[in-house]
Amino acid sequence: MCIQKMKEQKNIGNHVKGEFIMIIDALNLHYRDLNNLLDVIIIKGERNIVLKNVFGQRYIGRGLSENTKVKIYGTPGNDMGSYMDGAELEIFGNGQDAVGNTMNSGKIIIHGSCGDTLGYAMRGGEIYVEGNVGYRVGIHMKEYKEMKPVIVAGGKAGEYLGEYMAGGVIILLGLNFEEEKNTGIIGKFCGTGMHGGIIYLNGVPSECNFGKELTRFNLIKEDFFLLKKHIDFYAKTFKKDIKHLKMESFSKYVAINKNPYSNMYCAY
Amino acid sequence: MSLSFDIPVFEVVRNEKRCIQCQVCVRQCFNSVHSYDEDDNVVCTDDIKCVNCHRCVTLCPTRALIIKKYPLEFRENTNWTSNAIKEIYKQSQTGGVLLSSMGNPKAFPIYWDKILLNASQVTNPSIDPLREPMETKIMIGRKPEKLDFDVKGKLLTEMPPQVELSTPIMFSAMSYGSISRNAHESLARAATELGICYNTGEGGLNRDFYKYGKNTIVQVASGRFGVHKEYLSAGIAIEIKIGQGAKPGIGGHLPGKKVGEDVSATRMIPVGSDAISPAPHHDIYSIEDLRQLIFSLKETTSYKKPVFVKIAAVHNAAAIASGIVRAGADAIVVDGFRGGTGAAPTRVRDNVGIPIELALAAIDQRLVEEGIRNQASLIVAGSIRNSSDIVKAVALGADAVYVGSAAVIALGCHMCHTCSTGKCNWGIATQEPELVKRLNPDIMYKRLVNLVSAWNHEIQEMLGGMGINAIESLRGNRLMLRGIDLNEKELKVLGIKYAGE
Repeated sequence: MCIQKMKEQKNIGNHVKGEFIMIIDALNLHYRDLNNLLDVIIIKGERNIVLKNVFGQRYIGRGLSENTKVKIYGTPGNDMGSYMDGAELEIFGNGQDAVGNTMNSGKIIIHGSCGDTLGYAMRGGEIYVEGNVGYRVGIHMKEYKEMKPVIVAGGKAGEYLGEYMAGGVIILLGLNFEEEKNTGIIGKFCGTGMHGGIIYLNGVPSECNFGKELTRFNLIKEDFFLLKKHIDFYAKTFKKDIKHLKMESFSKYVAINKNPYSNMYCAY
Repeated sequence: MSLSFDIPVFEVVRNEKRCIQCQVCVRQCFNSVHSYDEDDNVVCTDDIKCVNCHRCVTLCPTRALIIKKYPLEFRENTNWTSNAIKEIYKQSQTGGVLLSSMGNPKAFPIYWDKILLNASQVTNPSIDPLREPMETKIMIGRKPEKLDFDVKGKLLTEMPPQVELSTPIMFSAMSYGSISRNAHESLARAATELGICYNTGEGGLNRDFYKYGKNTIVQVASGRFGVHKEYLSAGIAIEIKIGQGAKPGIGGHLPGKKVGEDVSATRMIPVGSDAISPAPHHDIYSIEDLRQLIFSLKETTSYKKPVFVKIAAVHNAAAIASGIVRAGADAIVVDGFRGGTGAAPTRVRDNVGIPIELALAAIDQRLVEEGIRNQASLIVAGSIRNSSDIVKAVALGADAVYVGSAAVIALGCHMCHTCSTGKCNWGIATQEPELVKRLNPDIMYKRLVNLVSAWNHEIQEMLGGMGINAIESLRGNRLMLRGIDLNEKELKVLGIKYAGE
């Protein structure tokens, strides 16, 4: 049955003018078939792919290596871009849970909001989310040498943002902050267990929202440079007017200690 | 700083008549127990630093050293034992969580020693493995419900990926970081020569070891250290670590001082940074979520690698194991409460989890009753000490075993239980370059090969004695087991009869 669908798929995949030449209609395709189909056409040399009618298929872009661009229309399922290694995914819709799970490098752009555990343990690459992000975003992000992962979200985040964070950068722009006066830009327990990396937030949330392992620092020149770079990319990508966004209003949070538990034990 | 109540645990006894002041002990002891006094030309000792690792005793050329239990006793008290008192001294001085290494040392029952094996007499001939075929090879992986063939006899059923082991023994997960590079190399080379597998543990895989990939199981734990597509594809199978027998429910903290250049490159974290594994995988809160992770790994490796899921043996292990099989795992690994560790909170190590023998019997029984036993292999760990433990485990339903403590003992571990200090004088649980080079992988890997080869032969002898010529035929064959010194409930859980029945 699936194979038959895949054969039909070849007929749907047609050539169009412009940059993207391979279009796949993902309607009613099981994730295994869809991802397999992606593998096959990538091996054949296709580097610009469009997925249409995506309805919750998981693992799209898993382990995908560089020089491949996939545009996704619809709602891709959990674990999109997991273990991704250099590819670029652009989603015209919302992301679900565990997007960019253990991602190594590459870029994910989401024209919408995104679910929980976005960027779990990601080690490199960049994720840009136009809207809000869910719980435990950037949990256990880490960095290694030149690999420094970045998550930028235009809205706010749920609880446990940057939990166990060991490296990389999370930036929350809080663009919808004004509209939702009753809720903060972050939930509770932000940065609990944090022992590396930086979190930038628009505004200064109440201290009671943070774990005890991080502290606020003043922004220095390098911070402004970094923020500007990512905010400009955000504005350009999502075509947002961000003139009202002031760099000076951002706050920076850094782990107090990269060895938080070194004094917790006594060996005997 | 208040007065320390510490008293030595061991006494270093030096026979002055034998001592030639060669200072081998001074150079060998990284705990600085021994020191040389030039003025008096004597070697002195500081007992309190001794961990009883036997390094100095083993290397002393004149056999001048003995290490004894320190003779100082507290007033006799079966409740307030000397350990109970000393632990309070330690915690009241430091305010720290007690940290221990290796497995649970307490006097809980060891069920392996209460189970006896059968042998053939008269009615069924025993088999001599020296002269007759005897198979100990096994395949780890999901087995199909049935096999379909075409008219020409060609197999039509798509076989799920399998791992072939020449004998049902693998080396347990021990990360590079918790043990040294040379220890890792020894395990990898021994596994390759033996046709079995070793396990990277959760610390990633050094690029120099990718060449042993066919005999490597790569582990994915909650910290995801060194996990990327190439790593996942480097091994023959992938293991998701949910729990460890020595510390069920607890994550891991590799202290930053053990994260040097090479460990840093393997784990892909900065030098000197703590490597913290959260207690749970935060993308797994349910069996459905576990399925999601299993299939993310299968998807990423084109369904070519079996995925194992490792849990600690806990109270509801049987139900959890059923869930793991239904989540799509190709093998379940169950680690009993005596399993070793580089470091675990003492209270957790000594009080959490259940014996592997009971967990194994319960899990196998449950999977058989549910008709899903074929869907996953069952691998057990948590203090497998010798070949008869393995034979008993297989008869209780295991496909294979993992050995960790036994493997490091083969590499020279003397069970001093102080791995967490990073000062292993045998070069195993350390990252100190001076100590690591004491373990020569060219020599030490052969000890592992010797051990497993000897065990394999012993397994063949015991199988032959039972009149069985393939280890596959023993799996779950509980009629080959009898209990001794066990109560009715224990016999029921183990699913075995009492000796004489």
